[in-house]
Amino acid sequence: MSEDNSGGGKVRNSVSGAGTVTGTVAGAGEYFTAYPDQVLENVIENVLVFLTSRHDRSTVSLVCKSWYRAEAHTRSDLFIGNCYAIAPKRVTDRFKRIRSIALKGKPRFADFSLLPVDWGAYFTPWAHAMANAYRALEKIYLKRMLVTDDDLAVIAHSFVNFKEIVLVCCEGFGTTGLALVASHCRNLRVLELIEDDVSVSVDEVDWISCFPTEGTTNLESLCFDCVEAEVNFDALERLVARSPLLKKLKLNTPVSIRELYKLIVRAPQLTHLGTGSFNPFVEINQQQGDHQEPDYAAAFAACKSIVCLSGFREIAPEYFPTIVPLCGNLTSLNLSFANVNAEQFKPVIRHCHKLQVFWALDSICDEGLQAVADTCKDLRELRIFPVDAQEYDEGPVSEVGLLAISLGCRKLQSILYFCQQMTNAAVIAMSKNCPDLVVFRLCIIGRYRPDRVTGEPMDEGFGAIVKNCTKLTRLAVSGMLTDRAFSYIGQYGKLVRTLSVAFNGDGDNGLKSVLEGCTNLQKLEIRDCPFGDSGLQSGLHRFYDMRFVWMSSCRVTRQGCLEVARRLPKLRVEVFRRDEEEGERGDFVETLYMYRSLDGPRPDAPQFVEIL
Amino acid sequence: MDLINFEATELRLGLPGSTDDQPEIKSTTSHKTNKRSSSEMVSSVSDEHDSSRSPPPTKAQVVGWPPVRSYRKNILQGKKNDQAETGSGIYIKVSMDGAPYLRKVDLKVYQSYGELMKGLQDMFKCIIGLYSEMEGYKSEYAPTYEDKDGDWMLVGDVPWDMFLTSCRRLRIMKSSEVIES
Repeated sequence: MSEDNSGGGKVRNSVSGAGTVTGTVAGAGEYFTAYPDQVLENVIENVLVFLTSRHDRSTVSLVCKSWYRAEAHTRSDLFIGNCYAIAPKRVTDRFKRIRSIALKGKPRFADFSLLPVDWGAYFTPWAHAMANAYRALEKIYLKRMLVTDDDLAVIAHSFVNFKEIVLVCCEGFGTTGLALVASHCRNLRVLELIEDDVSVSVDEVDWISCFPTEGTTNLESLCFDCVEAEVNFDALERLVARSPLLKKLKLNTPVSIRELYKLIVRAPQLTHLGTGSFNPFVEINQQQGDHQEPDYAAAFAACKSIVCLSGFREIAPEYFPTIVPLCGNLTSLNLSFANVNAEQFKPVIRHCHKLQVFWALDSICDEGLQAVADTCKDLRELRIFPVDAQEYDEGPVSEVGLLAISLGCRKLQSILYFCQQMTNAAVIAMSKNCPDLVVFRLCIIGRYRPDRVTGEPMDEGFGAIVKNCTKLTRLAVSGMLTDRAFSYIGQYGKLVRTLSVAFNGDGDNGLKSVLEGCTNLQKLEIRDCPFGDSGLQSGLHRFYDMRFVWMSSCRVTRQGCLEVARRLPKLRVEVFRRDEEEGERGDFVETLYMYRSLDGPRPDAPQFVEIL
Repeated sequence: MDLINFEATELRLGLPGSTDDQPEIKSTTSHKTNKRSSSEMVSSVSDEHDSSRSPPPTKAQVVGWPPVRSYRKNILQGKKNDQAETGSGIYIKVSMDGAPYLRKVDLKVYQSYGELMKGLQDMFKCIIGLYSEMEGYKSEYAPTYEDKDGDWMLVGDVPWDMFLTSCRRLRIMKSSEVIES
């Protein structure tokens, strides 16, 4: 680090906030001011300890070198939105006392098979860097990274005080790695596996049995609903029994409703429950014998603390009403794996007056959405997923359901809605009825579909959203859109940070409008749109301020990408094909993925990825 | 630069930048030499379907569309009701032109076309009437179904048992939209 320019040398020796102060004294006649600087730095460090927002910290670090160092010394929570934006070494050189790290890897379109396997986002180099530099690390949050069992072994063995691991949309590890974490991380409080692809192997390891078997655990959250492999239920039951602090428990599909019952009677303090299958796994014709069915409704009624309910991974609908005693307390309900129809759904939802977050399948139909609108006046977030994700002329939910929600749930902030058909009128109505919308993601599954009633493009609907929803930060568009829609987005979408575009648009003007108008745009993901080089060039002034730009199956050429790479040396411009066997697209690039980076081209890029 | 950018607004299934080779749309359902002989109405039904506003569902799925995580698709695949038997029933979707909601019927509940028609009539409060091989459906609505090959056929062509195994979904169309050939 370079010296202060305050005059006079000094030795800096500060490990914690209160550092020792030394200074040299120059000759008589010179007034030496080392002390005040050091004091100032200590003061700043003590103050910065309280500063948690990473944006504020970033600002602080830019004030001067002294503040930069102080900030680096006191930052304990690290967030890296793109693991390739910076090399691990640069991170460990700058920050010395990290307690928690959040890392994100692949771009979101990887979820939809648009990114080739082996593209990257390996956690391994980070695991090793942190094992050396941050022995006091307590928390790890990873999203869309490749995490191996060896990486989990490194975590298990390197961090004495390790407390929390949350893996979202990750892959590459299996029960072996989980077993290592369970057995070695004695202070573990949180183990959350969310939508990960946990490898299934021939010899599954009984990882639940690997948790310490003596005394009580510190576990507060255990979420493994995405793990396909059956867990040892007896061990799980014992684990839950000796985890008095356990608040969140999300079970995986093989857990039957009877097993669920056994667990919740042991853990009435739970606040978040993932039910597993919610299915007895017993043939209807099969004799139940002398086995009495437990009183599930009574058991649920005893769980007075549950506010968040999910699971229902293979629901037997006749058991659904047993959750009714819980419904009055629920603030979050996730039925997105439960194929229930409107008749089965309505008797339950009508009790959920406090619901704020609701995820479901479109099997509940417009009718079910009306029931939500009638009851859930406090709803903030809605997600409706399709049971059958193919293009049809008609679907079970439509503009009718969207309109009903907009009329009933005025406090709505976030919506993700899959449908086959939509109208501008319904979208405009939502823009006016729900002015607090921050996230608006409408996916009309039928590509290029215009307004079902008027036959017009969906321009006016999305235009109304950006215009009337002044807090909007995330937008996903669909249906038939012309330049006009993008002109609206550029004109009014000043706070939009994330924009997803697919199978829309007329030409480059659309992309130009967005890149020139959306001054806060951070993440831009586009597929199958007629946007080309001139549209891309119009964003040169913004790309350094963005986290990434993704364009696949568009009309950008290799020349165009080269030009961007040439003009912006700190931008990593990756060009690749999704599939080796895909036909040539002439001069057009199949996929362009670009992001700013402080370090050179990533060394782990596979052969098929070209970094311009 | 195109002055009138028709091409860009044209509804098509090709990738932007691809040329006019659209094998998928043109050749779907017009040639069914291996189908039953009394299918004159059937081919006209399909032609009508081709010229409808939106593209018919393609056989080759577009990669990554709709943007539902494969995780969700895989889990629900087991529940996909093309021909899946849910417990003891064969559940298929039924849509009717003009009705806002899709319904589902369990085909196993019915023993014959007559019973099925009655069930559909009750469900959608419409009159369908009986099918005559010579005259087709003499009423306001005509029931059609999508078979295993993705072709739309008029209900009643084939023996009931064959229908049970090949029917994927039902659509009750307005008779006026079924073109006589």
